[in-house]
Amino acid sequence: MAPPAQSQRSPSPSQPSGKGEVSDLKSQLRQLAGSRAPGIDDSKRELFKKVISYMTVGIDVSSLFGEMVMCSATSDIVLKKMCYLYVGNYAKVNPDLALLTINFLQRDCKDEDPMIRGLALRSLCSLRVANLVEYLVGPLGSGLKDNNNYVRTVAVMGVLKLYHISASTCVDADFPAMLKHSMLNDSDAQVVANCLSALQEIWSSEASSSEEASREREALLSKPVVYYFLNRIKEFSEWAQCLVLELVGKYVPSETSEIFDIMNLLEDRLQHANGAVVLATIKVFLQLTLSMTDVHQQVYERIKAPLLTLVSSGSPEQSYAVLSHLHLLVMRAPFIFSSDYKHFYCQYNEPSYVKKLKLEMLTAVANESNTYEIVTELCEYAANVDIPIARESIRAVGKIALQQYDVNAIVDRLLQFLEMEKDYVTAEALVLVKDLLRKYPQWSQDCIAVVGNISSKNIQEPKAKAALIWMLGEYSQDMHDAPYILESLIENWEDEHSAEVRLHLLTAVMKCFFKRPPETQKALGAALAAGLADFHQDVHDRALFYYRLLQYNVSVAQRVVDPPKQAVSVFADTQSSEIKDRIFDEFNSLSVVYQKPSYMFTDKEHRGPFEFSDELGHLSIGAESTASSQMLSELAISSVTGHASQSSLAIDDLLGLGLPVAPAPAPSPPLLKLNSKAVLDPGTFQQKWRQLPISLSQEYSVSPRGVAALTAPQALLRHMQGHSIHCIASGGQSPNYKFFFFAQKAEESSTFLVECIINTSSAKAQIKIKADDQSASEAFSTLFQSALSEFGLP
Amino acid sequence: MISQFFVLSQRGDNIVFRDYRGEVQKGSAEIFFRKVKFWKEDGQEEAPPVFNVDGVNYFHVKVVGLLFVATTRVNVSPSLVLELLQRIAHVIKDYLGILNEDSLRKNFVLVYELLDEVIDFGYVQITSTEMLKSYVFNEPIVIDAARLQSLGPASIFMQGGKRMPGTAVTKSVVATEPGGRMREEIFVDIIEKISITFSSSGYILTSEIDGTIQMKSYLSGNPEIRVALNDDLGIGKDGRPTYDYRSSSGSGAVILDDCNFHESVRLDSFDSEKTLSLVPPDGEFTVMNYRMTQEFKPPFRINTLIEEAGALKAEVIIKVRAEFSSSITANTIMVLMPLPKYTSRASFELEPGAVGQTMDFKEANKRLEWGLKKIVGGSEHTLRAKLTFSQESHGNITKESGPVSMTFTIPMYNASRLQVKYLQIAKKSGTYNPYRWVRYVTQANSYVARI
Repeated sequence: MAPPAQSQRSPSPSQPSGKGEVSDLKSQLRQLAGSRAPGIDDSKRELFKKVISYMTVGIDVSSLFGEMVMCSATSDIVLKKMCYLYVGNYAKVNPDLALLTINFLQRDCKDEDPMIRGLALRSLCSLRVANLVEYLVGPLGSGLKDNNNYVRTVAVMGVLKLYHISASTCVDADFPAMLKHSMLNDSDAQVVANCLSALQEIWSSEASSSEEASREREALLSKPVVYYFLNRIKEFSEWAQCLVLELVGKYVPSETSEIFDIMNLLEDRLQHANGAVVLATIKVFLQLTLSMTDVHQQVYERIKAPLLTLVSSGSPEQSYAVLSHLHLLVMRAPFIFSSDYKHFYCQYNEPSYVKKLKLEMLTAVANESNTYEIVTELCEYAANVDIPIARESIRAVGKIALQQYDVNAIVDRLLQFLEMEKDYVTAEALVLVKDLLRKYPQWSQDCIAVVGNISSKNIQEPKAKAALIWMLGEYSQDMHDAPYILESLIENWEDEHSAEVRLHLLTAVMKCFFKRPPETQKALGAALAAGLADFHQDVHDRALFYYRLLQYNVSVAQRVVDPPKQAVSVFADTQSSEIKDRIFDEFNSLSVVYQKPSYMFTDKEHRGPFEFSDELGHLSIGAESTASSQMLSELAISSVTGHASQSSLAIDDLLGLGLPVAPAPAPSPPLLKLNSKAVLDPGTFQQKWRQLPISLSQEYSVSPRGVAALTAPQALLRHMQGHSIHCIASGGQSPNYKFFFFAQKAEESSTFLVECIINTSSAKAQIKIKADDQSASEAFSTLFQSALSEFGLP
Repeated sequence: MISQFFVLSQRGDNIVFRDYRGEVQKGSAEIFFRKVKFWKEDGQEEAPPVFNVDGVNYFHVKVVGLLFVATTRVNVSPSLVLELLQRIAHVIKDYLGILNEDSLRKNFVLVYELLDEVIDFGYVQITSTEMLKSYVFNEPIVIDAARLQSLGPASIFMQGGKRMPGTAVTKSVVATEPGGRMREEIFVDIIEKISITFSSSGYILTSEIDGTIQMKSYLSGNPEIRVALNDDLGIGKDGRPTYDYRSSSGSGAVILDDCNFHESVRLDSFDSEKTLSLVPPDGEFTVMNYRMTQEFKPPFRINTLIEEAGALKAEVIIKVRAEFSSSITANTIMVLMPLPKYTSRASFELEPGAVGQTMDFKEANKRLEWGLKKIVGGSEHTLRAKLTFSQESHGNITKESGPVSMTFTIPMYNASRLQVKYLQIAKKSGTYNPYRWVRYVTQANSYVARI
């Protein structure tokens, strides 16, 4: 037998090219087809194996379709199975031939052996040929009612297959309702689990067009259904348990006692050897306790040990998937894990992707009591043979230093790095020392002494070079050689390939000039000349700008280029808390491994069977920050997809086309009075927001005072409340803030809903208004705008 | 829900390819393999087990040099898919006896048959070897085990001693033996992986034991089994049993930090009698995983000394001492030590009378490699290496070399002292006395001494 060697993309001379062999097979199959000789099945098996092996390798054996079907009139189950496999593979591309198989498959569906019934039904549904669906309905209907559980499990999946071939046929035959009945009544757990999978897929995809499907989908999360599954959970296979747990994770209990009942019931699932079961259980625990801070923290304590055990057992791949989740939890609540830091030490033989996660965790859990040990450990990695990891380790030391624990000792360590005389170590350490000085200027004396000893010639990496140059400019007063080092760097301007370095050089030489004019004047002149001639636009512009600034007034130039600086207190975080919350909500999914919410890497239809909360899934009061910002992020998506016109307006404005972005004052709006004690519960808000159309969408300018006052979302909330406009959710970080407000008319219960996005760097506010009474939205907008414009006034 | 499953050889050939949902393009195996092979241009970093290319998520696990891969477009639980891939590999191994490229190629029809029952339309159906038996009809074509180096955890017992019937664990759960009936036997393996980091002064910085109890049953009629562990076993950091007054007197109870169990394990009498009861399903499976950070005696002590001998020369002396009983022998020991980048040559000197040892200086990654066939408990071995440098070391040698790491296997030894006290098979017949094999082995996971 020819082994299924090599792959289709690199046919080697020894590999069957296909054609000759296929026609050989064809004639051999023909010979066997009619024969009833004893032992014929064995010869058929050998031939079938050959065919399947060609198929695996990618040789097209579809021309054998007719012969294969002819040969499969047999009672030998092994032969049958091979034939089914073959037919399933090629039916789609040969719909006409597929018709040939219908007969014998339908006959097999009525076989007395349940195994054959099941297999035939599975193959029948796997043909994936649209014009054959009419033949599926009958066998599927009887399959669902078969007295054998194997046949029923197959039939349930068959219904789902049918749905994907022809949704209308499936729905018209009333299969979803039958599945629902089986789901709630079948005695076999696998049948029940398959029903759940199938119904989730079917109803999720129907929900957009059918009210009923949408209701059914939500009914899956109702208390009776969830409890039905919970009570049977131990009957299910470990994989089906994951399915059930995922469902339970979406369930919102109405009472606190329910939460504890569910957690007690699932407690022993945390001891399961299958990591998927444990993670799914953890997700349930985390979701259920979100609004109960104390219990939520206890959950973290409880799941620590099982997670650590899973990380250290199993294959490296399994352990990585769990470690990614542990990483997420550590980043969310580092203090809970601060005594477990030793678990995050890297082992020399771990792959880089594991080490990277561990380094981040070590950085996060560092506190007063463990910093010394963690930094000592990290310093060991700096000499690691794995250079990228060595770099990450040094960066981790720097990050810990910026977290302010025991800075004294860390600065010493960093300075030792500078003396290690390894290029990449020096480079990373320089960048860190620079950041450190921006936060702790008091360390400048110690650092400068060491940095001064580093020859700029040994630094090649742009980031490190830029850092060194920055320090030369900033501390030129204290660094004796600063003007001369800068001068020599400027002499080699032409050889400096990095624009970033040249930009820094310009600024540094300016700063140096203000402090030590006589020594630097010549270098400054050379730098400006070189900068003006530079082909890089930014470098050129900066040189020109400095030049004109100096021409205008040197002391003004100093105020602009080298003002007294405030120490940086917090460096900007790379990922917004909104995104982090979103990832947390998608716990136990790929989002955690990729560290991205699902909408960033997958299209909507593939976000998973449980993506119920696409719009305003869960919403809670503004005070509860995680839930509210989740709502924000979800809204953000719908607004991006739904209202492209809004963004194009903003772009027009950016281009300075002078479009009237602020609305002309409405002629004479009827006086609008708002209810200062308006109340609206989040559920209603959510519902209204979904139902109402946008009645007004505008952009306002925010006054500079307003921008200055908007240091945190809370500031604006209080202000708007004074104008009877209430906030229901808010979030974001400078420069982007997002708010949801509501207001009610004083006399009647007519509500206005507002989405307001403020960008402080462009000083613009984009608002969308939805209103019960659309005719009043103009008036409300005016009111809103005037309230906003008063923000920041003393 | 997964879309495709396939197995690729080390060279990237398709051995098995099954498309369950037709949602991912056919060329996915090729896209996947190229991505894994060229993850980073420098080839330094290996591809993570999960990644996304153009909206398709690829999951893979490496098993005996083969790549088991699944694809999907859906945002699924990564743990679920990776556990599943690992499980599929297990099931196939249970059926084929030996899992490798050759056996897969010979049995691919059987493998397809298994795959059809394991997954339907992307959803997991049956993964228990036992239950699959009623749906799978192809007979495995068993490849000659003697000729092949066996893989997987079972192989570690083979070098260990003659006591173990080496081929037993490589036999298929379905294949009948030449004699007709299958031999009634059950294997319980306690496998521990230890991780230790010693500081330069020999003090233990971190230590951990990751253990697992594996079972492989060839018993007919699925009798219930009771596995009794140490009486003084405790679980949890504060799991020191309150009634256990011995633990304070120094004899030392075995305290596990945490553990988890196979689905089939019942823990009714675990708290009181430290006994696990289960009806073992066919095939190999993990009864229990456990983790222990309690202090334990490390099996080896490593001593490294570096002496400069002039500007361009230095001598490295590595001493390894086995601190376990002389009745036990460790095997396949390898000691590795990265040397400074500017090392150009190394010459070695062993103690007189040393046998079964190999020394090498790997020029490419500047690493010293010292291999020892076996080390008897209580003995000590020394290696001297004279290094020549291509540039002056500036007294930085210790900073630029090390840490020394070690790999080894010690059969019939376990560092945690966790024990299977007895293995009771509940079957009435008086003549029924199946073979019971309880085996221990300890391996190094990350055994590192800083210098």
